Amino acid sequence: MNELPVSLVANRVPYRVFVEPRKTLADCLREDCGLTGTHLGCEHGVCGACTVLVDGVAVRSCLMFAVQAEGSEITTVEGLASGDELGPVQRALRDEHGLQCGFCTPGFVISVHAFLAENPNPTRDEILEALSGNLCRCTGYQGIVRAVERAAASRRVGSD
Amino acid sequence: MKPAPFEYHAPESVDDVVGLLAEHGDEARALAGGQSLVPMLALRLTRFEHLIDLNRVPALVGIEGKTGTVTVGAMTRQAELERSDAAAAVPLLGLATPLIGHFQIRNRGTVGGSIAHADAAGELPTVALALDAELEVASTAGSRTITASDFFLGTWETALGPGELLITMRFPVWSRRCGFAIDEVARRYGDFALAGVACGIELNVDGGIARAAIALLGLGSTPLRATAAEAAIIGRAPSAGELVDIGWLAVADLDPPNDIHASREYRRAVGAHVVARGLGTALARVPA
Repeated sequence: MNELPVSLVANRVPYRVFVEPRKTLADCLREDCGLTGTHLGCEHGVCGACTVLVDGVAVRSCLMFAVQAEGSEITTVEGLASGDELGPVQRALRDEHGLQCGFCTPGFVISVHAFLAENPNPTRDEILEALSGNLCRCTGYQGIVRAVERAAASRRVGSD
Repeated sequence: MKPAPFEYHAPESVDDVVGLLAEHGDEARALAGGQSLVPMLALRLTRFEHLIDLNRVPALVGIEGKTGTVTVGAMTRQAELERSDAAAAVPLLGLATPLIGHFQIRNRGTVGGSIAHADAAGELPTVALALDAELEVASTAGSRTITASDFFLGTWETALGPGELLITMRFPVWSRRCGFAIDEVARRYGDFALAGVACGIELNVDGGIARAAIALLGLGSTPLRATAAEAAIIGRAPSAGELVDIGWLAVADLDPPNDIHASREYRRAVGAHVVARGLGTALARVPA
């Protein structure tokens, strides 16, 4: 196969991988970097499960080819915890029952992390809008909305 | 890994891009933000032997406000447009962007990609049409300008010729007593709209309408100008009830899509009311 070399940094660890151009960044992270925290639901940009940060910006990793990430810094859900200690968004999702099966959760964690970095004091309407790009089929979203409010509050008091 | 195999090119200049487009012809496609093209590749609705990635071409990025015009490079991210002070001189740009997909999509999706993709329900194509934007395209033969009214030919079909690349869009600034609105009805936030409108109104000193632009989305195979409705409100100061009549006039001759999400009649009715609502909002936004 016609494979190209790609160098990228994921969660501060450098990787050099060889991928077909048609391989998505999501598949590359899972299969070549072993970062299986990033999940693939729809594989065409609708569900948001594969959301990661590329150079600090939240994007769908199923809508980028791995070759396009050459030289980029990626953060996946694994990069938002410190060791065994959950990050503030993850903690809030646990505390507010913001997940059931957990399949969509990595995408929510990344999206909410990026959203709160840009808007630390969101209104409820802004939270609903920010969550609209991630689908959850278990929870009915109420716990997730509460988790975003809790994570925002914990960021404000600097408990993270 | 769902798309069919392709050869990947990552040129760094417009000259190299158009050179590759000329070399590979119909077998090549420019890859902008990929928020529409990659899903189509993943679903195998389309395939290309060559993808020419525009993401390493810095000359295609940027927003510049000059007297009377806001110029936007094709690879400017939609999120950038949303935040830009320079783009604020064309309020429809800032009003349209929050309606495009979700923030994760706008972080990657580009202004030029959206316009060149030419979805009939696309907000930026509709804004380009409402404002008669000038679209500059390049090829190995040089460059030419296509006005938005000549650009959108059909579903995902544009006036871009073989080997041509959309490089820059120029949006005219309306500088007098103006108000703008974009309004749409979608089944869920971020979904493709069933029907929508982008409109601009300029008032004369008497409070009558001196200039009107009404462009419709989701109601045909391309964005559409409602020219009869525009003509009907010039010189007038319509009441809320009259705006509904104007809305029905705007959709009178249309043949909107008929699908599982909305019947043709329902889309037409939504269109009429969304035009009335949009015009009302635009009028209310004209500074006193």
